[in-house]
Amino acid sequence: MTKKYNGEASGYPLREEGLRKRPRAGEILIQSILFFAGFFSIFTTLGIVYELGKEALLFFRTPEVKLWDFLTGTAWQPHINQFGILPLVTSTFITSAIAMTIAIPLGLAAAVYLSEYATEKVRKTLKPILEILAGIPTIVYGYFALMFVTPLLRSIFGRDVVEIYNMASGGLVMGILILPLVASMSEDALNAVPLALREAAYGLGATKLEVALKVVFPAALSGIAAAIIVGVSRAIGETMIVAVAVGAGPNFTFNPFRGAETMTGHIVRMSGGDLSYDSIDYNSIFAIGLMLFFITLTLNIISQRIVQRFREVYE
Amino acid sequence: MDTLDNRYVIQARNLGIYYGDFKAVTDVNMDIERNKITAIIGPSGCGKSTLLRAFNRMNELVPGARAEGQVFFDGEDLYAKGVDPVEVRHRIGMVFQKPNPFPKSIYENIAWGARIHGFRGNMDKLVEHSLRQAALWDEVKDILHRSGLALSGGQQQRLCIARAIAVQPEVILMDEPASALDPIATLKIEELMQDLKKDYTIVIVTHNMQQAARVSDYTAMMMLVNDGSRAGTVIEFGETTKIFTRPSDKRTEDYVTGRFG
Amino acid sequence: MSASPAPLGPFQDNLPRRHRLGAVWQWIFFAATIIGIFVLSALLLDILNESFGYVALEARVDPDTLAVDGVPLEDLPKEELIRILQDSLSASAFNKLNDEKPFEERSQANVYDLVIERVVKYKVLETWSLWESLIHSDEIRAQAAEEFPQAELRFVSWLTVETIRRPQSSEAVNAGVRTAILGSLWTIAITILVAFPLGVGAAIYLEEYARDDWLNRLIRTNINNLAGVPSIIYGILGLAIFVRALERLTSGAVFGLVNPTTANGRTILSAGLTLALLILPLIIINAQEAIRAVPQSLRKASLGIGATKWQTIWAHVLPNALPGILTGTILAVSRAIGETAPLVVVGASTAISFDPNLFSRFTTLPIQIYQWTSRPQGEWRHLAAAAILILLTLLLSLNATAIVLRNRYTKRF
Ligand SMILES: Nc1ncnc2c1ncn2[C@@H]1O[C@H](COP(=O)(O)OP(=O)(O)O)[C@@H](O)[C@H]1O
Ligand SMILES: [Mg+2]
Repeated sequence: MTKKYNGEASGYPLREEGLRKRPRAGEILIQSILFFAGFFSIFTTLGIVYELGKEALLFFRTPEVKLWDFLTGTAWQPHINQFGILPLVTSTFITSAIAMTIAIPLGLAAAVYLSEYATEKVRKTLKPILEILAGIPTIVYGYFALMFVTPLLRSIFGRDVVEIYNMASGGLVMGILILPLVASMSEDALNAVPLALREAAYGLGATKLEVALKVVFPAALSGIAAAIIVGVSRAIGETMIVAVAVGAGPNFTFNPFRGAETMTGHIVRMSGGDLSYDSIDYNSIFAIGLMLFFITLTLNIISQRIVQRFREVYE
Repeated sequence: MDTLDNRYVIQARNLGIYYGDFKAVTDVNMDIERNKITAIIGPSGCGKSTLLRAFNRMNELVPGARAEGQVFFDGEDLYAKGVDPVEVRHRIGMVFQKPNPFPKSIYENIAWGARIHGFRGNMDKLVEHSLRQAALWDEVKDILHRSGLALSGGQQQRLCIARAIAVQPEVILMDEPASALDPIATLKIEELMQDLKKDYTIVIVTHNMQQAARVSDYTAMMMLVNDGSRAGTVIEFGETTKIFTRPSDKRTEDYVTGRFG
Repeated sequence: MSASPAPLGPFQDNLPRRHRLGAVWQWIFFAATIIGIFVLSALLLDILNESFGYVALEARVDPDTLAVDGVPLEDLPKEELIRILQDSLSASAFNKLNDEKPFEERSQANVYDLVIERVVKYKVLETWSLWESLIHSDEIRAQAAEEFPQAELRFVSWLTVETIRRPQSSEAVNAGVRTAILGSLWTIAITILVAFPLGVGAAIYLEEYARDDWLNRLIRTNINNLAGVPSIIYGILGLAIFVRALERLTSGAVFGLVNPTTANGRTILSAGLTLALLILPLIIINAQEAIRAVPQSLRKASLGIGATKWQTIWAHVLPNALPGILTGTILAVSRAIGETAPLVVVGASTAISFDPNLFSRFTTLPIQIYQWTSRPQGEWRHLAAAAILILLTLLLSLNATAIVLRNRYTKRF
């Protein structure tokens, strides 16, 4: 029996249906719109893969480009049809390696300090400062590299040793850029180590250093590894610092004081000029972009996996 | 003063403990006898853990926490200037409410503490000895290199006891060591405590009165003082049998007979 | 003395060494943290150092000779200034200026700028940083007097109200960031307009509606991965999609606003859309967190009195999550404001002296900094430093807003 509990007298509209479900068109419409918004990011990924893949395919289809030479060639000179990506790859990895030699030790040390040593007050002041450092646009870091660090390097090592555009300066400043990222993510990982573990070690009579380095740090290791991997991925994808400070020409060299061109730097320089569609230059930046995309994607996925497993241990 | 009486390992004198401005424990005087089990009981929030942690200066890891008064350990004031909390905790070990093994192998869990303290003997023997004392050896002797986290809750807690034993302390403080365990594991821990009594002095916090009555030689009854300050103190301290059968304080009687808390 | 047995070997007394080690490492950890902060200050000081200092200037026509009846050039009425222009420029050059914007519509300040730029024509011969200017001012004066006897030595601030007001120019002393700032603002407006609703919608869907099935897990993973894609990749995507494939839309041709044959898609609209894609994952992730922080009890209370799901979200979840969502959005937007690489790829132009609109070629503040930094002549680096100060001030005030917002409106549940 359906009870009529509403009606004019109650001030509510009369409802004959009782408790049966009513179709609510508005709700369904809203839900569809929201689903579209949620699904939209899939299009972004598909767009990246499709566009980069399509143009890269065109690039590899051109008769001048041979896949083998692309992967192993040591000269990137599009105007004489030499498409060896190695100079771009090596300089990408050299600048990233320099950056990580700065960012890993300093970032981890800062993380340990903030999470294990600093008082609440100090942590509350220092962490935002590190975050500000991370929020400064990279072009500003580029300026700093070219105008401050490069002259500094040149005055230390000699003007004929260090070229005006060089990998060392870009790498160092990139390290400073990545330092807060590594520090902040590692600090989160250290903080997530349960207090009980610290107490266990203190209860045995461990010193603060022993607790920090031998108990907390190893327990947070996977989170720290994830932070480092994200840092590497960031370094590889970083563009403006290298575009400004590292140079403007593919150069196959392992000397950090010489100029070279990273993958990202090359893309910026090529597209800075008047790039005509369907030229081999246009296609080549997509091929390089595709490679960059897969390298960073792989690193990011690895890092996420590690973090996930790390969470499972403690939650 | 009787501080030099060798019968007592730990002697608290006018001990008060603060968290910032909040005084959690006030005015505690008690002597803990060597090679005996002393239980601390009382309603929750009355400062049992706080008092226990004051005995090996674990409290000072909480920012803003501090103690006033003295705690003598073998006649030496733990809170005197120049006393190293690291050394204090070496000699007065601790087992926590929730088992907290390191995420390392069973073997490493035990060897680690010994190693940082510069242990120079045979590590394998020490590990075996500690595990045997903690009545865990037979269960883990074949899996020493498996992670300590892979053990059951009761085994983990015994591993933590073994870990505490391995650095060869004089006193082991236990803060509700069985509250997270099932009855069978609890029984094992209680039996273990009786064995350990020969070599160590044990202070145990428990909210389980049956447990206190079963395992302890002495019992300290804690309550919040009645002046509205919400600080806890020891209102009665004596032989367990006396506390549970003929308490001199009315509040103790109410509590142990279950009319309170 | 000890009651416990020590049958298995002695403990060596190693406490002093352990404490020494502890002290050394504590110092190392602290030093590492300080280095980070030290570098931040070095960076800021370097930029300040480049923003002020002596400049040796040479004027083709000395402005004093242009003064009329003792009234200095900058105070002359507009008509006088126009007359000076007419006298000094060729008729075609003068008419061209008039075509760009009729002189009747120009302000006195604007015409004055034209006189400085076209007639007086300052040339920068040499520049010095603030540090040099303060410490070696005597040497600088001597050097300037010797090397550039005709030149005027001036202590300038490269960052002035004029720098913000003036458009681009071919001489550093006359150049400003007006067009760049307008370009940045336009671009960001589009970015927010697109990314905010889309991002918040996605976050609501993921937190309130999505079940834990494979599709939604895919969406989540995908968003996390997109957040880690280098920004330059978004630039390439924007180049392919917005600039090239959607050229007719992004150049305004579909609206009949420009001649379809000359339109190209390298417009503010393309730039804004590209940056929207770039910060969309960040907005989603931040908004998700804010929505998650709204306690379940609130939803239950609302559903419990018979509200529908959407009514619950709209009336209870969103208002409570809003400060968090806004904070996250502001942070994402400040990331977008500082982005350079994707806009270079999308095709930001540099020499723009007109105020941009939705479908015009564009430059932004970071692009301008990049271009000026890349120029070999020393004077531009000072202008770049001034532009950096403006950019950092903008970002800092945004971040401060975000922090205030967070502190003021964050409810503690
Ligand atoms: N870390 C701490 N900071 C501040 N107050 C605390 C802290 N730990 C305990 N307290 C307070 O001290 C009092 C005693 O707590 P505790 O010793 O844990 O009691 P028990 O173990 O008897 O339940 C309580 O009021 C508790 O709120
Ligand atoms: Mg307790």
